[in-house]
Amino acid sequence: MSVVTNTTTIGAIDAPSRRNTELALLVFAVAIPVFAYANVGLAMTGKLPSGMLGYGLGLGLLAAVGHLVVRKFAPYADPLLLPLATLLNGLGLVMIWRLDQSPRLIQRAKSAFGAFHPDAPKQMLYTAIGVALFIGVLMLLKDHRILQRYTYISMAVALFLLILPMFFPAVNGAKIWISIPGLGTIQPGEFAKIIIAVFFSGYLMVKRDALALASRRFMGLYLPRGRDLGPILVVWGISILILVFETDLGTSLLFFGLFVVMLYVATERTSWIVFGLLMSAAGAVAVASFEPHVQSRVNAWLDPFACYKTDKTGACEQIGQAIMSFGSGGTLGTGLGQGNSDLIGFAANADFILSTVGEELGLAGMMAILLIYGLIVERGVRTALAARDPFGKLLAIGLSGAFALQVFVVAGGVMGLIPLTGMTMPFLAQGGSSVIANWALIGILIRISDTARRPAPAPAPSPDAEMTQVVRP
Amino acid sequence: MNKPLRRIAIFCGLLIMALMIRDNWLQYVRADELNAHKYNRRVQIERFAHERGNIITADGQPMTASKETSGSDYKFKRTWNNGTLWSPVTGYNSQAFDSSQLENIEDKILSGNDDRLFFDRTLSMFTGEKKQGGNVVTTLNSAAQKAAFEGLGDKKGAVAAIDPRTGAILALASTPSYDPSVFAGNTKADSEARQKLLQDKDKPMLNRALRETYPPGSTFKVVTASAALENGLYTNIEEPTRSPLPYQLPQSTTPLKNEGTIPCENASLKVALQWSCNTVFGKISDDLGNEKMIKEANKFGFNDEIFTPVRADASVYPKDNRPQNAMAGIGQASNRATPLQMAMVAAAVANDGKLMKPYMVDQLQAPNLDVLSKTQPEKMSQPLSAANAQKVQALMENVVTDGTGKKGAIDGVTVGGKTGTAQHGLNNSEKPYAWFISYAKTDQGSPVAVAVVVEDGEANRGDITGGGLAAPIAKAVMKAVLKK
Repeated sequence: MSVVTNTTTIGAIDAPSRRNTELALLVFAVAIPVFAYANVGLAMTGKLPSGMLGYGLGLGLLAAVGHLVVRKFAPYADPLLLPLATLLNGLGLVMIWRLDQSPRLIQRAKSAFGAFHPDAPKQMLYTAIGVALFIGVLMLLKDHRILQRYTYISMAVALFLLILPMFFPAVNGAKIWISIPGLGTIQPGEFAKIIIAVFFSGYLMVKRDALALASRRFMGLYLPRGRDLGPILVVWGISILILVFETDLGTSLLFFGLFVVMLYVATERTSWIVFGLLMSAAGAVAVASFEPHVQSRVNAWLDPFACYKTDKTGACEQIGQAIMSFGSGGTLGTGLGQGNSDLIGFAANADFILSTVGEELGLAGMMAILLIYGLIVERGVRTALAARDPFGKLLAIGLSGAFALQVFVVAGGVMGLIPLTGMTMPFLAQGGSSVIANWALIGILIRISDTARRPAPAPAPSPDAEMTQVVRP
Repeated sequence: MNKPLRRIAIFCGLLIMALMIRDNWLQYVRADELNAHKYNRRVQIERFAHERGNIITADGQPMTASKETSGSDYKFKRTWNNGTLWSPVTGYNSQAFDSSQLENIEDKILSGNDDRLFFDRTLSMFTGEKKQGGNVVTTLNSAAQKAAFEGLGDKKGAVAAIDPRTGAILALASTPSYDPSVFAGNTKADSEARQKLLQDKDKPMLNRALRETYPPGSTFKVVTASAALENGLYTNIEEPTRSPLPYQLPQSTTPLKNEGTIPCENASLKVALQWSCNTVFGKISDDLGNEKMIKEANKFGFNDEIFTPVRADASVYPKDNRPQNAMAGIGQASNRATPLQMAMVAAAVANDGKLMKPYMVDQLQAPNLDVLSKTQPEKMSQPLSAANAQKVQALMENVVTDGTGKKGAIDGVTVGGKTGTAQHGLNNSEKPYAWFISYAKTDQGSPVAVAVVVEDGEANRGDITGGGLAAPIAKAVMKAVLKK
C-alpha cells in the first residue's frame, strides 16, 4: 500500500502528529511568563523575585506533564491548544502576582478585611488542579462520543448547578457563587457552561433533522414545530430567569448565545440567528427596564465617568478607571509592574485583569493577548470542522463558541464596548472555578481534535478483492 | 454542517476583531485624552512620582526642595526653603490642592514632563537614571527679597523691585505671608492648615505685590508730572505753574486741600513734587483732561494685566468725570495700582523713559543644567521721552534730597523717590496706605526701582506717611541690590 499524502483540513491518513511542534511551542509558553515574572520583580523591587525558580519550575512541570499526557493519550491532538492555554495561564499568574505586590491593594484589603492574602499562590494551586482535571479528561475520556450517552443527565446537572447559587447570598450584587465551608467559593456557572454544551450537542444531534425540515414557512422564516421548538424556549426562559434572580447578565448571554450558535450549526438555518438576536434583544431590554443592577451597568457603559461627577463609588468608578488605565497604557504600555491599574481596586485581578494587561503591556500586548484568544477559538472551530461525527462537531463548536463569547463579553465589558458583566477572562483572571473549568474545556477540545486527526484505521484487507493494477506511465 | 461552521468561525473572528478595533480606539486614538483625563489620578501620581525640579534665585539659592514621603500614591512632596519668604514668588504646589503661580505655570519643566525634556528623558531611560524635573531660574535677588520681607516685618504690605534696565523682577514680597509647606501633602492636617489660611482675615495667601490694587496716592503724581511734560503743558520744571490756592475741584464746590501749609500757589513742578502739592497736580490732571491722562497711564502699563509670567492684576486709570479725573491726578480717586505697577513707573523714569517688560523667569534648565530657554529683556513701551524722563528724575531726586522722601536717601548714591499716603475708606475713615516708590542710580544706569506699600501701620494715623513707614523699606531693598 502506497502512502497517501492528504492536504485537506481533515487529516485522514498518516497525518503528522505534531507532538514535537507542541513541545517547542510549550518551551516558549513557559519561557515568556518566566521572563515576565522576572520583569515584574525587577521593575517593582529592582531585583529578581525570590519565587522565580519555583514559579518557573512549577509552570514548566505542569506544561511538561500536560505534554506527556497528550503525547501518550491524544497523540494526534491539535498542537496549538495546550501551549496557548499554558501561555495565557502563565501570564495570568504573573499579572495576579504583580497585583499582589501592589501597596495600594494591600492597603485596601487591610482596611476592608483586616488582612491581606495574596492570590497568586492560590491561583497556582488552582492551575495545578486545572491541569490535573485536563489530564483526567484525557486519560478517562477515551472517546468524546461517550459523553453523548449522558445528554439528559447533563441537562439536569447543568440546571442544578445554575440554580444552586440562588440559595446562597449575593456577593457584590450578583448571585453567582456558592460557598462550601472550608473550601471557599465556587462559581458553578463556569462548569455549567461545559456541561450544557454536552447537553445541547446530544439533543441537537438527535433533533436536528426535525428542527431543520419539519417546519412551516412564516413571513419568510422557517418556524419549527412546537415540540421541537420547546426546548429552546425553555432554555431561553431559564437563562433570563438566571439573569433576573442571580443578576448575572454575562452567564445568561453566554448560554443563550451558545444555544443559538449550536442550533444554527445543527440545522443550517439562518432564521435561528435572526430569532436569537430578536429574542436576546427583547429579553435584555425587558430585564434592563426593571433590574437596578443591570441598569447601573448600562448607565456606567453609556457614561463611564458619570459617577465621578456625583459620588465616587459603585460600578461606574470601576469602568471609568479601567478605560483610563487602557488609555494610560498607550501603544507600548508602561511596562510590567510600572502601571497604576491597581487604582481599579476591587476585582482588579479578576474581572478587570485585562486592564492591567492594557496598561502595562499596552496596545501591543493587548493585541497579542487577543490574538492568542482568537487562535484558541479558531483552533476549536477547526477541530469542529475536522471532526467526523456530528456530536463531536457540535460539542467542539459549542465549547469554542462559548469561549469566544466569554472573551468578547468580558473584554468588551472591560473596554467599554458593551455593558460590563461579571465574568472572568479565561485563564488570565484570578478565580479557581474559571481556571479549572477552562482547563477541562481545553481537555475536551484536545480529545475531539485527537479523534478527528487520528488516521483512519487501515481497511481490513478483503480476500476477494483483486489487486489494483498500477499503471505507470 | 461545515458551511455554518465556517460562518461561525468568521463570526468569532469578527468578535475578536471588534475587541481589537475597540482596543486600538482606546489605546491609540484616545490614549492622550484618557491619559490626561481630569479624573485620571495617574496624572497626579506621575507628577509626584519623582523629584520635582527647583525654583532658584538669580544668585543660585533654591527656594524649593523635594522630600520623599511614605504615602503609597504620591512619592515626593514639595518643600520650601523659607516658604513664607518665597511663597509670593513660587506659589504653592500641593498633592491635594493643585498648584499656583510659578509652580503652576512652569509645572511641565518642574515635573519633567515638558517636551523640551524629551531627550533628557530618553537618555535617562537608557542610563537607568531616575526621572527628574528641570529647574526654573528666576531673576529674584535673595538679599533684596530678604530686605523687603524683613522691612515689612509684621506689618501688612508688599514690595516689588525691578531692574529698570531689563525689567527683571528683583524682589516680590507680600506680608503677612504663608508657608506653602504646611499644605503640600494630602493629609487631613494639610487640608486643615489650608482651610485655616483661607479663613484668615488677613489673607496671607493673597499676593499683594501682584494681585492687590491700592489707591496709589501721591506716588501717582509722578505719572501726572510725566503727562504734563509729555503733553507740553509745562516744559520747564522750574517754571511756575498756573495753580491757585485754594484750588476748587471742577464742577464742584469742594476745595482740594493740601497736607499742612506748604508753598503750593503757582509752585513749579519741582516744588510741587517736593512738597507733594495736591492742588497743583489736581489742576494738571484737569487741564490735560481724562483722555490724555488715561493715555499716559496706559503707557506706564495701567489698564492691562501683566504676565511676569505670573499674572498681575490690571491697575486701573478709568474713564471718569472731571472732578474725579482731577482727584485721580493725585492718586486719590478711582484709580488703583498694584505695587508692581508703581515699581514699573519708577523704573520707566529711571531708565530714561523706556519701560521694560517685567519678568521673573530668567532661564529654564534641564535636570543636567542645560539651558532650555532664556528670557530676553523686552521693551514694553516708552511712556516719556528721554529728555522728559531726565526732568522727572530731577524732580524725584529732589524729593529725596530736599523733600518728603529724605528717609530713602543712601549715602553716595543718587536716589529718586516719591512718597504717598493714600486715604481710603468712607470719608477717609480707615488707616491710610503708606507708599514709597524709588530708584537708585549708578554709573551704569539704574539697577533697581522699588515700590513699597504698607497697608496699616501700628502707628498713630498722623504718623502714617510714605516717607516715614515705606521709605526705609525701599532704602533697605535698594541697598541690598547695590550691595552697600
